[in-house]
Order: sequence, then C-alpha cells, then structure tokens
Amino acid sequence: MAKKVVIDPITRIEGHYSIEIEVENGKIKDAWARGDMFRGWEIILKERDPQDAINVTQRICGVCPVAHAMASARALDAAFHIVPPDNGRIIRNLIAAGNLLHSHILHFYNLVALDYVDITAILDYKGNDPTMNNIKEWVKNEVKSGRNTAAAPFLPRYKGDYIKDKDLNLTAINHYVKAFEMARTAQEMIAIWGGKMPHVTGIVPGGVAENVTAEKIASYLYRLRKIKDFIDTCYIPDVTAVAKAYPRWFKIGAGYKNLLAYGIFELNNEGTQTYHIPGAFIDGKLENLDQKNIKEEVFYAKYSSPTGLHPFEGETVPDPNKPNAYTWVKAPRYSSKPMEVGPLARMVITHVSGKRSEVSNLVRDTLKSLGLDVSALFSVLGRHACRALELKIIADEAEKWLLELKPDQPVNTKYEVPKESEGFGLTEAQRGALGHWIKIKDHKIERYQCVVPSTWNCGPRDDKGIRGVIEEALIGTPIADPENPIEAVRVVRSFDPCLACAIHVIDPKTNEIRKFKVA
Amino acid sequence: MRLTRRDFIKAAGGLGAALLTSPFLSKVAEAIEREKKNFPVIWIQGQTDAGCSESILNTVQPTVVDMVTDIMSLRFHQTIMAASGHQCISVLHEALKSDEKFILVVEGSVPTKDEGVYCTIGEDENGRPITFLKWVKELGEKAMYVVAIGTCATWGGIPAAEPNPTGAKPVTEIIDPKKVINLPGCPARPHHLVGVLAHLKLFGLPELDSKRRPMVFFSRLIHDNCEMRPFFEKGDFAKSFGEKKCMYLLGCKGPITYNDCPNYQWNSGLNWPIRGGSPCIGCAAESFIGSTGNGIYMRLPEAKVPGIPGLKVKADKFGTIVGAATIGGIIAHAMGRVLAHKKKKEEKKVEEER
Repeated sequence: MAKKVVIDPITRIEGHYSIEIEVENGKIKDAWARGDMFRGWEIILKERDPQDAINVTQRICGVCPVAHAMASARALDAAFHIVPPDNGRIIRNLIAAGNLLHSHILHFYNLVALDYVDITAILDYKGNDPTMNNIKEWVKNEVKSGRNTAAAPFLPRYKGDYIKDKDLNLTAINHYVKAFEMARTAQEMIAIWGGKMPHVTGIVPGGVAENVTAEKIASYLYRLRKIKDFIDTCYIPDVTAVAKAYPRWFKIGAGYKNLLAYGIFELNNEGTQTYHIPGAFIDGKLENLDQKNIKEEVFYAKYSSPTGLHPFEGETVPDPNKPNAYTWVKAPRYSSKPMEVGPLARMVITHVSGKRSEVSNLVRDTLKSLGLDVSALFSVLGRHACRALELKIIADEAEKWLLELKPDQPVNTKYEVPKESEGFGLTEAQRGALGHWIKIKDHKIERYQCVVPSTWNCGPRDDKGIRGVIEEALIGTPIADPENPIEAVRVVRSFDPCLACAIHVIDPKTNEIRKFKVA
Repeated sequence: MRLTRRDFIKAAGGLGAALLTSPFLSKVAEAIEREKKNFPVIWIQGQTDAGCSESILNTVQPTVVDMVTDIMSLRFHQTIMAASGHQCISVLHEALKSDEKFILVVEGSVPTKDEGVYCTIGEDENGRPITFLKWVKELGEKAMYVVAIGTCATWGGIPAAEPNPTGAKPVTEIIDPKKVINLPGCPARPHHLVGVLAHLKLFGLPELDSKRRPMVFFSRLIHDNCEMRPFFEKGDFAKSFGEKKCMYLLGCKGPITYNDCPNYQWNSGLNWPIRGGSPCIGCAAESFIGSTGNGIYMRLPEAKVPGIPGLKVKADKFGTIVGAATIGGIIAHAMGRVLAHKKKKEEKKVEEER
C-alpha cells in the first residue's frame, strides 16, 4: 500500500514549491510537483514599452535577475536589429559571471549544505575563530532554552544520515559562514558594472550603461581572485568531501538524462558563438539547438489557452477550474521530450561537443579521481559536482574576458524602438536554459513569453502524461522514514529550483485540492 | 549592536574591579543582559522574488551571522531554515498559540483575488493549502510590529501593476496599518532592515512619515542629494545611457522617489544606478511599474515647452501619484534653472520643491 507524503513547503529554494510523493516499499513510486505562487508577469508586460522588459522581467527572480535581464536584452537587441559593441558584450558576460559565482556558492553552502552537514557539531568546536566561538556559544544557550525553535533557523530539521566526521562538519560550518561573504562579494562584482544588485539597472538594449575604467577592472579583478581562491580551497574540496561521504548519491535522482542548453557567455557581438555550447542531448546523442522545437503543453496546467504552442505564439490565459490540471507551471517540451536544464546540462553538452578542452579535461580528471564514469554525473551529487566544476571554469574565463575590456570605447549601441518587430533571447540562468520571446506592435509589447529553467525542471506531466523532470528524478528514490523524507528534498534541491511563477492545485471556489487524474 | 554583560563589564573596567562587585552595577549588568534577549522574528514570503532576502544577505556590519545570533531570533524564513514541510509550518502555528511577542516581516505582496489562492504556504490538518493572505492576517494580528519589506509588501509592486491579475495588495491593506513599518525599494536595502530592527530593539518604534516609512531613510528624494544635481542645475542632460550627467531626459525617477541611495550607495558603497550611467527607475516609489502608461524610461512630465527642443514639461499627469505640488515644484524649478542657463541670465531664486 503506497503512502502519500506531502512536503509543503520545500524550503531553502527560491520561491514556493511543494511535492506530493507516493512511497511504497521504502521507495518513491510516483510524484507530483506543484508551484504555489502565481503573479502573471506576462500579462502585466502587455501594452508596456518594450524597453521596460529588462527591468520588469528581472523582478521575476531575485536570485537570477541578471539572467532575465540578459535574455530580455538579447530579445530586444534582436527585435531592434542591433548588436552590442565589444565592451557591452564583455561587461554583460562579466555581470553574468558574477551572478553565477553568487548563486552557485550560495546554493551549495547556504541552501543545500544543511541536508548533509550536522550543525550541532559546532558544540565540539575547540579552536580560536571568534565567529565560530560566537556560534558555538549561541547554539549552547539556545539549546538550554528548551524551546522547540531553539537554534532556529538551523533547527528543527529532518532526522537523517548527517555527516558524522567532526572535522568535516566543522570545516563545512566555517565555510557556510564564509560563503555569505563570498556571495556578497560576487554581488559587488555585479554592482560594479550593473549599478546595484539585486536587480541591475546597467543592462540596457544594445549593451550596458556603465563605462570601462581601469579602477573598475581592478575592483572586479580583486574580488574575482578572492572568490577563485575560495572555489579552489573550499568549494571544490567540500563538494569532493561530501561526494566521498555519500557515494550512493551518485546513483540517485538520475531522471531522464535528456539535456538542453542554450549556451552562454558570448564570444562574438552577434552572439552566435558562446563559451558554453548550445545543444540538445537526447538519448545519448548531441544535436544542434533549434528553438523552433520548443513547445509548451498545458493539458495538466491551468491555462485555457491552446496546448503545444511555440513561445512566439504562447498565451497565458489562466483557468483555475480547468479539469485535470494540477499546476500553473506549463510543461515545455523539446521535440516532444522533457529536458533537464542546468549546470549538469551545460557541462555535459560542452564536454561532449569536444569544443572546450579545459572543460573536458576537468570533467575527466574529476571523474577519474572519484573512480566514476560519466554516467555518474546524472545524479544528485553529479549535479552538485557539475555546478562546482563549472564555477571553476567560468571564474578562470572571466579573468581573461575582463582583461579584454578597453577604456574609452563605447559600451552600448544606439537604437530606436521599432513600430513592429519580434525577437527572442536565449541564455542560461544559473539553474538552466532561459528564453524570452517578444512581439512588438505599435511600439508596445504585444506578446511576451518567458520559458524559465524551473519550467523545464519543475513542470508537470505533458499532454501524454509523461512526468516532468523533477517528478521523474524522484522516482525510485529511497525514503527511509516517510515522516522525515530528507532524501526527497535532497533530490529536489540538487536542481536548484527557482519557483517564482507558478501556483497550487486549488479550486478557488472550494479551496480544496483538485482531484487530478494522472494518465 | 549587541551590548552584553561582558561588554558592559569591559566598558566599566576603568572603574576598577572592586566596583564591579557592587550590587548596583551588577543590577545594571543584569538589565542589559535581559535586553540582550533576541526578539523573535518570523519572516514570511508571498508574491516576491526573494530579492529582498537576497539583498539583506549583503549586509556587511552586522554580518548575516551577527544578525541571526545577536539581533533577532529568526524563527521562520523559508529560504534559510533547515526544516521543510509540516515541521516548518509547525513553527508558525506555535507562534500563533504562544504568548511570546514577535516581529513579523512580510516580503512580497498579498494576492486577495479568489480568496487568495494565488499564493499558499503549507497545508492544514485536512490537507487544504493555507493561503498567504490567511497567514498575513493571523500572524499580523498577533505580531507586535510588522515590517513590510520591499516595494511589493509596501505598495503592491509589480504583481499589483495594471491589470493586477491576482488582486495583489500591500500589507497595510490587509492588517492594521498602525503596527506596520514600510521599507520600500526593489529590493529593500540591508541597512534599512538592520536600522529598523536595531531601533525597535533599543528604542521602540522609529519616527515614520505619513506612509509609514522611517524618516531616517525616506525623508529625502533621490533628486535632493543626487551627485548629478549640478548638471540638472546647469541644464546639462545625458542623452544616452552611460553619459555621466543628469538623467532627467532619460526618464529618471529621482525627482519622485524617496530613498537614500545617493547617501548610502549600493553593495558596500561601490556604485548606485545613477553613478552607474542609468537613470533611477524609481523602485522605491509608489508608482513603480504601476500603469502601462508609466514607462521606466519615460520622461516624468508630459507637455511641450516652447523653445527647448526635447524637453517636455508642464502638464503634470504624475501629480495624482506623487502630489501635484511636489512635481509641479520640481518642474518649475527645473525650468527656472534650464532657462536661466540657456539665456545666460542670472540665476533665479526658485523655491525648493518641498
């Protein structure tokens, strides 16, 4: 008899997300992923000045605003028939690199680590670090208080198989604290060129707003090197240590193994060459990317608009009472297939393409040192490993790009908003492939559609009843104790979900969960 | 921030060790110790992108760890807390049942259409989702103070922008505004939250303006202290992004936005939008993204002024939003300055806008 377990909300992710799982014989037999919040961004964008899209779409997500700014700016560049100058292109890359540094470090330490690291190990701390001693004293006093919420927000937590090695726990706690400083430093790197962060004002159609000076280059470089040092001495060793402590998690959470990446970090101003290689990895074969193959299906999503539309024709007509629908997240499909997006997709596709030897070498060396083959990457730990390796690669590249900047050269290209036009911008958010599609009529936005990474990863079943990516990755995951389903949240968090635009399965009339039939 | 008994004793150290054993001083030290107790904070997120939470993580001094160990007892914050599912929802239920006083921080707007089903957190005992609207009402009623953090919680923000598909509302329209402190900004700024929490802890409610914003952060327009103000006075305006001059013609919302960005720049003081070559987009203003006719790069006033090509000033359709006197004053001021400059006349003395 299957036991139904609801985890609502899933914390330590961006946004409102919950899952419902059926557990049978200690394993997940079926899963439904639900987004719990809807705002209607695409509806709000209609009739507005197309230029506003860069700032408005950033507010979809406070963790990856830069990615939305980039997708939007690229869509506008295309619609306005302009390309950025060298400086504009490079600075956009540097801003995107800053956001990647910020997000990956924050994700591993401040969102994910508490699933593995035993925070109570701090009570055994015997060293001289004032911050560590401060935390130790605090936890000691909190525990004495006897409150249920003692040492909140770090406790309570699920019971589970946390790390037992005292030194590893203490090192990780120390790095948890340091990670906040690194994330803040990465935000500063973005602000140097973007004006402020979160939500930059410095990305504009045709390039960026901030000019190049030697002082800014130095200011960025100093911070980048500090973070590179953290990646080499903390992040990569810590991910490796967790990998060694939890070898079975290289076999859990594989999912479909179909990957999609749009490419990011433009190497030419037209954007036709990117550092990360775009492509679709289906059934073990790499294909060239063609955005025409993207369709959004809505049989199980609460929209009355037609199903199977390409984002250029995409519609967002909410219908809370639609029969069978159980989420507001659409089900995007590439050539009718569910596709995983994110660092795993980017690293595997770039590696398989054979076009970036440093990526291939790093992937091979890492797998070799862990005694694993490439199939191990399709797993919970594989995703964390790809994230760390990607960060090392991009931090190195960013330093090269930075030194290509030229003071006194233009940073943007002049433009006029056309009366009628259309365009799309494809890029990569930290958590995966991101696309914006715009249609302009009478100088205003006629239609705007965003297909975000978490739509790919966190979406529902498609019209044929084929599960979404996270739903599928959960299948077969062992659950030792249904009251403490820590294994399920480990799988979900490995995707770094960012749920800012979806909603629950509720009937507004009765406020009850709808009974949905799964094909 | 934290003044502990140890700090006090250290500070009092000059008085000599003997004095420290006096009953009087130990009483003072005890009082300080009592005050040290971190007040419980429950931080809930509705229609938000978590940008305000991300922004607060950029705090330098105190650090994030200082805040959690020394300033507040952060009982609930979905992005940070270890617990998931019913374990974390039980924290909220406990707060509702307990006599303990707490401060509620609300991030994001509150959807009210269709009884608030557009945002839910957790389920009740019957497996029914609990709406964010219900949480805000119940926790808000119980809370000692409510901090509405960010533009969405303060004004409604983008979710409430035309056509407001989910009936999004600000916190002050859901609960008794008398206990609300508004910290607008997209995102809100770290020192604003730290400042408010510190003030509540040490001195109680800070002085607020009529829109319930702390005066200490929101009493000046961006325009008042803008580093590009001299260019405005000279009538020397940027024509494109990246020109480091007055951004008025590029749609700068500095003249209608109350915030302290020019005084305390962003991200450890490294930069801020106007210095970064782009106009202020008015992210802390009540009108931010409000209506389709209110474009980010649209010049504030809307009518033509003869003799000055490109500068359209006069009619004041933003008056309804920001107060006719304010914007009228700015425009009169701007025109006075611009004309004076163009015609090389002596500077007229023009009344400040406020």
